[in-house]
Amino acid sequence: MSDLRDLYQEVIFDHNRHPRNYGPFPEANRHADGFNALCGDRLSLNVLVQDGVITEARFEGSGCAISTASASLMTEALKGKTEKEIAKFFEGFHHMVKGEPYTVDMGKLAVLAGVSEFPARVKCATLAWHTLNAALHQADQPVSTE
Amino acid sequence: MFDPHAWRRQFPILDREVHGKPLVYLDNAATTQKPLAVLNAERHYYEQLNANIHRGVHALSQEASEAFEGAREKVRGFIGAQQVEEIIFTRGATEAINLVAQSWGRSTLKPGDEILISAMEHHANIVPWQMICEAMGAKLKVIPMDDRGVLLVDQLDQLLTEKTRLVGVTLVSNALGTVNPVDDIIRKAHAVGALVLVDGAQAVAHMAVNVTALDCDFFVFSGHKLYAPTGTGVLYGKKALLNAMPPYQGGGDMILQVTFEKTTYNQLPYKFEAGTPHIAGVIGLGAAVDFVQSVGLDQIAAHEDRLLQEATALAEQFHGLRIIGTAPGKASILSFVVAGVHPHDIGTILDSEGVAIRTGHHCAMPVMDRFCLPATARASFALYNTLDEVDALFRALYRVEKMFLK
Repeated sequence: MSDLRDLYQEVIFDHNRHPRNYGPFPEANRHADGFNALCGDRLSLNVLVQDGVITEARFEGSGCAISTASASLMTEALKGKTEKEIAKFFEGFHHMVKGEPYTVDMGKLAVLAGVSEFPARVKCATLAWHTLNAALHQADQPVSTE
Repeated sequence: MFDPHAWRRQFPILDREVHGKPLVYLDNAATTQKPLAVLNAERHYYEQLNANIHRGVHALSQEASEAFEGAREKVRGFIGAQQVEEIIFTRGATEAINLVAQSWGRSTLKPGDEILISAMEHHANIVPWQMICEAMGAKLKVIPMDDRGVLLVDQLDQLLTEKTRLVGVTLVSNALGTVNPVDDIIRKAHAVGALVLVDGAQAVAHMAVNVTALDCDFFVFSGHKLYAPTGTGVLYGKKALLNAMPPYQGGGDMILQVTFEKTTYNQLPYKFEAGTPHIAGVIGLGAAVDFVQSVGLDQIAAHEDRLLQEATALAEQFHGLRIIGTAPGKASILSFVVAGVHPHDIGTILDSEGVAIRTGHHCAMPVMDRFCLPATARASFALYNTLDEVDALFRALYRVEKMFLK
């Protein structure tokens, strides 16, 4: 196993203790609930999309440090991006946390790259992104990482 | 004085390291490790006896059949059943409950009938009843519990009615460690004419059980939580009930005669054992029963209680830790949460110290809802665990505290 510090970086502790964009968001026009059945993590994601650009994203729910930090970092990263850019980001993030090669510049999200050394925790990191995918594609059912 | 170190030598896996640290295996409620006696019994079967059972006239088939039926007799003695044909081998406790729900339920339940389960059941003793209730128009009711994780059995007088057909209750809660007063529940259920299925999956490795003295109608358990191979389990049922129930699955071994017009079913227990079973696993289960009896369940229970008392005392001193499940007389399970740290993060950090615990909802999501928690961390003890390992658990928990709560 890699050092725990590769997984639990300071940025992750910071976003876990003080999640950004946390709280209700009634003005949102996209919404989805995510659920990680394995560990009981729940995530409710609200997104405002205007002219194909995400102008704001907020989340609520309870989860481990990895899933909370991932959701927090994701909502920061989304702002100002087009849905097309998000799709590329989503793909890059997936490759990154699974330890596969990727070409997209992940910016601050790169702190989650250490997850790839902890296969049991990949689902924690991807829950927010699966939920975003459902929100943007208006799936009715809550998404699960299973 | 019971010496776990002597028994540890029987479990080769306990010598391995995890992430460069000695393995401290405290996830026994999920599955136990296997002793040499069980591993050797399986190996002996494949090396010396491997043949299909109940069929061949050749020597291997007869020897394999004898070993398989020998395991059935061992299990009978182990749980105190009166007749060997009351022991049905299944893939596990889950399949055993599904067998009863589908076979007994489908042939018995009528619209308006009620099934009563407890608030601390494993999903395996909830979902099969939900499925059959939905199919038959019956209703599922729940015995509630208090904040300690103690069933409110005084409410049974209201919950049990002339419509109650069956009560499904776990002997030991896998999420909380509560030992339920099943003898009381059985008496009260029988008084209204209801049957009782006792889920013994979490109990049989920790306490002596006698199904005849309990007078339960069905009793189920899994082999793999009793030091036996995965994919083995047992359904005990009273003979008259099992005889009246239709087969659960059709196939080989469960028939006497088959024509394209009609099939005559085999007698008990084979009626419920369609297809080639997990022969090696069942022989291993027989060896596990011998092993547990040679150690002695009273000794095991006393030793595990010492570990639980020590762990509970350390837990009570740990700042921010809350024990989930504080019923008196608990068995072998310490479920807990730590303020400010999600159980999943606890699990990962403990793992890096070689300490294996379970984190999550423990397949008992209604229990988590009852305590308004998404998940807990759970340490569960077996006969080979030591006081040093309890200390290792708490040393690792102090590392969690240092990382998360500084």
